[in-house]
Amino acid sequence: MDSDPFAAELESHRRYLTRVAQLQLRDRDAAEDVVQDTLFAALTGRDGFSGRSSLKTWLTGILKHKIVDAIRRKQRQPIIASTFDEEVDLEDFDPLFRDDGGWATPPAEWGDPESALSRREFFDMLDFCLEQLPPNTARVFMMREVMELDTAEICKELTITANNLWVILYRARMALRQCLEQNWFSGQARS
Amino acid sequence: MLLHRLTHMVSCKEATRLISQSEERRFSLGERIKLRLHLAACTACARFERQLAFMRDAMSRYRK
Ligand SMILES: [Zn+2]
Repeated sequence: MDSDPFAAELESHRRYLTRVAQLQLRDRDAAEDVVQDTLFAALTGRDGFSGRSSLKTWLTGILKHKIVDAIRRKQRQPIIASTFDEEVDLEDFDPLFRDDGGWATPPAEWGDPESALSRREFFDMLDFCLEQLPPNTARVFMMREVMELDTAEICKELTITANNLWVILYRARMALRQCLEQNWFSGQARS
Repeated sequence: MLLHRLTHMVSCKEATRLISQSEERRFSLGERIKLRLHLAACTACARFERQLAFMRDAMSRYRK
């Protein structure tokens, strides 16, 4: 297998795929399993790779299906619904805003954020911030932003209402924004 | 005073919710107007909107 250049190229994406899977499944073993399945499926189905998209994008597409399957299997144990309620329930208390709905601490100026996109350290920080999200919040956010599932698909997979989904995504974005602001855009890390 | 009332039809808290939701669903004309009026008058929420757009861009690169 190690004499096969395609296999070696697949292998080079293992770390990225594991990180994505881990963020969604929050379970190291389960994440390694879906990545193994993904790489195996890619190796045996290499003719399906047209080269029109990047290898990474193609692999992410396969991984997406494996993760959805894994979540579906996991859901037979009804853990998700109760933890979702807990995470969504925090709704009313929001230290970011005053009682009248005005900002308690308005967003800071981020300067020229686009320049961060060429820095590897920025993406390490993004990873760190994603890991700080509550598990189900992170899972939903990754399904939406990385797997690019649409609202209806996510609601169906996780059996939650559209309204719950909006609340969860809102919380994820608020928390992520704050984490990036504090850890990256607050001045020192930027320069 | 009318302008003040119009731009304060939604609070910043509500405005941020709408900004987030705009990535998931289509708005009614009324919602769009309320949000646009708020953003025209509120620099904090306008900044928030730009930051969410940037985060979306960052996540799409994370993917690639
Ligand atoms: Zn505002």
